[in-house]
Amino acid sequence: MEKALAGTILHVNEEGFMTDLSQWNEEIGKALAAESNIILTPRHWEVIHYLQDQYRKEIPLSIRKIGKSGVVDIKEFYALFPNAPLKTSAKIAGIPKPASCI
Amino acid sequence: MKRIVILGAGTAGTMMANHLHHELPGDAWEIVIIDEREQHYYQPGYLFLPFDIYAPEDIVKPIHEFIPKGVRLFNGSIDRVLPEEGLVQMTNGERIHYDILIVATGAKIAPEEVEGMKGSEWQHSIFDFYTFEGALQLRDKLRSWDGGKLVVHITEMPIKCPVAPLEFSFLADAYFRHKGMRDRVQITYVTPLSGAFTKPKATAALDHLLHEKNIAIESDFAIAEVDNEHKKIIDYGGREIPFDLLVTVPTNKGDAVIERSGMGDELNYVPTNKATLQSKAHANVFVLGDASDLPASKAGSVAHFEAEILTENILRYINGEPLKEEFDGHANCFVETGNGKAILIDFNYTHEPVEGEFPFPGLGPLRLLKESRMNHMGKLAFRWIYWNVLLKGTHIPFVSANMQEAGKHFA
Repeated sequence: MEKALAGTILHVNEEGFMTDLSQWNEEIGKALAAESNIILTPRHWEVIHYLQDQYRKEIPLSIRKIGKSGVVDIKEFYALFPNAPLKTSAKIAGIPKPASCI
Repeated sequence: MKRIVILGAGTAGTMMANHLHHELPGDAWEIVIIDEREQHYYQPGYLFLPFDIYAPEDIVKPIHEFIPKGVRLFNGSIDRVLPEEGLVQMTNGERIHYDILIVATGAKIAPEEVEGMKGSEWQHSIFDFYTFEGALQLRDKLRSWDGGKLVVHITEMPIKCPVAPLEFSFLADAYFRHKGMRDRVQITYVTPLSGAFTKPKATAALDHLLHEKNIAIESDFAIAEVDNEHKKIIDYGGREIPFDLLVTVPTNKGDAVIERSGMGDELNYVPTNKATLQSKAHANVFVLGDASDLPASKAGSVAHFEAEILTENILRYINGEPLKEEFDGHANCFVETGNGKAILIDFNYTHEPVEGEFPFPGLGPLRLLKESRMNHMGKLAFRWIYWNVLLKGTHIPFVSANMQEAGKHFA
């Protein structure tokens, strides 16, 4: 599927997660955040860059791992990305929805 | 004489002992299996204990009955593995050398991971059913409970048998109906996932069943703490769910011996090649069952399919041949839905559970992803199969280690 955002035609899946991280830039990140009613602060950006870095290293993401990453604790993670922080932050970061195991 | 050491005589380790005893020449290879317990527990039975469907004696038998003669069963506790030296260090100081190590140490609950879970209400109004003791305590509680808010809760993934908490909810619905008190029990299913299960098609079918049985679902709930005083669970977002009876599946972790040996990830699971079952860190260490970090279900059926493939890979390793990259994550699970019915799901790393027939395409007799009485009979028959066929490493006819695509309705 395709979706027009911030002047770009993005490749996304049916749930709206980007399927090609190389298309992502900070403007797109801001526009995706706005869809979730989030205005990105420097702390948000730190988390987003951490998530992208983990994704590039093929390290699976979980709330537990993020909480122990030293980048953000779980309480703050929820404050930054309310409700379902892992899904919301992954969507804004332009990476696939983390598989929450089987 | 060379030696294979198997750590853990649960489902996975026992199957491997039987397979390898059958395949390896006894004059060239000694097989040793180590476990600190003397009893083998049929873990799928823990689901049925709380509802008085199974009695304790149905699900506990001595370990030695299932270990073939000729395999040395060593009853003792392991301090740590020294993988660089090829040694298992026992707590009593004894050291056992191995040429090949098979890690089958399983997974355990760790309620202490959540603040307040093991607080004053633990085993009063907060129970688990993932241990024999926990399931029995819960049985006694349910026998005398007069109703209220029942919350069935999963702490975090991955857990052993990810469908068990759903089955518990369905069986609880049937149990209270049968006792004529369903109107006095509100059942809520609380999960960190976005729906009833991890795969979309099965989630749709199971969400529907929850609704039909009047079980409320609270999804995306990442628990922060248990408030023992006010009897509620609270998530990191501040969401609160009150309970009169909390049946929780605590965080699951690999065995502490993995942590002491420095062989695990942050949840003590051993990083393992998902197709060959060889440990990523040591060529002569293999892992199967719940102890691995494979992105497959932590379930007995998975261990069973793994054991068939791992046996072949160990023979290849011994002969200096390349390992087969064969394991596909195949899982096959009965899901009890209450009132004498069950659903069967069959899936692997890449294919989610869908509708169809099993094991014979177009015929069944078992129905995939649909409730039926035949599926329930299959689940009950499985206990006999477990004790008499599965643990002995006998191949189950018509059920292949790799998932079959025939007979499945992939849309």
